[in-house]
Amino acid sequence: MGIQRVLAGVLAATLPCFSPAQQDTLKEIERYRQLLQESNPAELYEARGAEHWTRKRGPKSSSLERCDLGLGPGVVKGAYVRLPRYFADTDRVQDLESRLVTCMVALQGFAPEEARRNPFSGTGAPMITTDPFSGVGQRSVMTDLVAWIASESRGMTIAPPMSHPKERLAYQAGERLFYFRAGPYDFGCITCHGEEGKRIRLQNLPKMTNAKDAQRAFGTWPAYRVSEGELRSMQWRMWECIRQMRFPELEFASDASIALIVFLANRAEGGTFDAPAIKR
Amino acid sequence: MADPMRIRANMTGDKVEVKVLMAHEMETGLRKDASGNAIPAHFIRNVTVTHGGKTVLSAQWGTSVSRNPFLHFRFKGGKPGEKVTITWLDNRGEKRTDEAVIAGG
Amino acid sequence: MKAKMPSKTILALALSGICVAGCATRPSDSETERTVAEMIKTSFRTRGQATVARLSQDDAQALCSKHAGELPKGVSDGIEKAQQATIRYPSSGKLMGDWREGERIAQSGVGKQFTDAPNRPAGGSCYNCHQLSKQELSFGTIGPSLYQFGKQRGASEAIQKYTYGKIYNAEAFSACSNMPRFGHNGVLTEEQITHLVALLLDPDSPVNR
Repeated sequence: MGIQRVLAGVLAATLPCFSPAQQDTLKEIERYRQLLQESNPAELYEARGAEHWTRKRGPKSSSLERCDLGLGPGVVKGAYVRLPRYFADTDRVQDLESRLVTCMVALQGFAPEEARRNPFSGTGAPMITTDPFSGVGQRSVMTDLVAWIASESRGMTIAPPMSHPKERLAYQAGERLFYFRAGPYDFGCITCHGEEGKRIRLQNLPKMTNAKDAQRAFGTWPAYRVSEGELRSMQWRMWECIRQMRFPELEFASDASIALIVFLANRAEGGTFDAPAIKR
Repeated sequence: MADPMRIRANMTGDKVEVKVLMAHEMETGLRKDASGNAIPAHFIRNVTVTHGGKTVLSAQWGTSVSRNPFLHFRFKGGKPGEKVTITWLDNRGEKRTDEAVIAGG
Repeated sequence: MKAKMPSKTILALALSGICVAGCATRPSDSETERTVAEMIKTSFRTRGQATVARLSQDDAQALCSKHAGELPKGVSDGIEKAQQATIRYPSSGKLMGDWREGERIAQSGVGKQFTDAPNRPAGGSCYNCHQLSKQELSFGTIGPSLYQFGKQRGASEAIQKYTYGKIYNAEAFSACSNMPRFGHNGVLTEEQITHLVALLLDPDSPVNR
């Protein structure tokens, strides 16, 4: 086949995506998203996560099976939609990921900084990034656990508790942080998530103070990101937004990250949890 | 060792519909890591599907297939309760075989 | 042993119970402020060019955060006046650069992230939020469409000055705008801004054709 014919073939294949009418572009993106739903690799992460939960690891050679995610030791079903919440043993409001750090430290004997960063175990591939998330050649036990635990709340109603004073304080702080503008671009969360029906390039943006948008957003994280070939958690979502806001790095499982998640979870209250999802 | 595949095999009419998710890096060899070193290529080269001792699908793959590939196909001649066996072999010689029982339609 | 609690104590306990529940429905603003200040200090770390100093707000950022949603007229006027005074025009006096360069800058969204090379010039990220040329379908909608911006306004000196100023410091014209203050905050150079002015105003630019 001549190069010209190959090129024509490639063009014909890509043309429908770039047809001049904006409407067609959006329709094609919607079709692409629907195709993705049928083949979500998040399943692979969920399967690994379920194994990590029962596997003996760490200096204490112990599993996470007695980890209390808020509904009692070892209760995973429905735990995700009841987080973040106040935990008496740490006297802190915690989201799933910071709570897993607590359990890895308390039950498995990991040092806190070890539990917070990658890799806890892995494929033996060299660690390329120091980010607390999985990346090129690097698996994350944390990410796998999050995928599985989240999947155990699929179909349930998002209902984070809001009765403890520290939960209320975290919500208020999260709300303030949502409106906090700083850095060389003057950005805050509000810049992109304060109005309805807006986009960055072709990416739709949820208005986080709008219940329906917040429910859809919170209800579809964690998610497998096709463009990155990775499953991404809610902590990652915060970390990545903050990076794009040109802020310094948001520390994994930090109080600010948790406060933001508390704010979002409460804005999304009453929505149906449908994650791990799959996104572009 | 590589993670197991997730396989669904269901009767749809007189055909068996198979959906497979494979956990694989599918690294092209063209990307660079944070320090600028090339990340070595690592991808599935061959996929073979057998049923009742007969090959029903054989594929040669390359680096253009996405990470964690999804394969969806149908074949004739299978019945509920029978097994479908899938094997992939990658460029490093690593191999993984999994099987699934065909479920009723 | 069965102790009987005096009824006064029970009443006192019940009252304090009500107070705890009642008083705790919403933390005080000062408590929230203290908590947020502490979080900003402890939850972020310098990485690459993105230092923690970036979280120290200037007056405009602090006011816009405080009045998010309902910006009082007095505050808004104050911000615009103060920001107006920051605009620096190029010493050459030339405000229109090359629209081709401008298009490249408008397309680029890199710059100032801790993952960006600090010595590489930043882009303007214009298409992230605005429609500009008709050819580029991948544009955002946070800002208004700028298609035909120059065709509708012409390219008089006053329009050039306004356009340059708006990119240099958007808050000089619209307090708490979502648009970064590209010149004022040192994201784009004066020269880069003149290229963007050309992209918006030059009759040959795809924005105006």
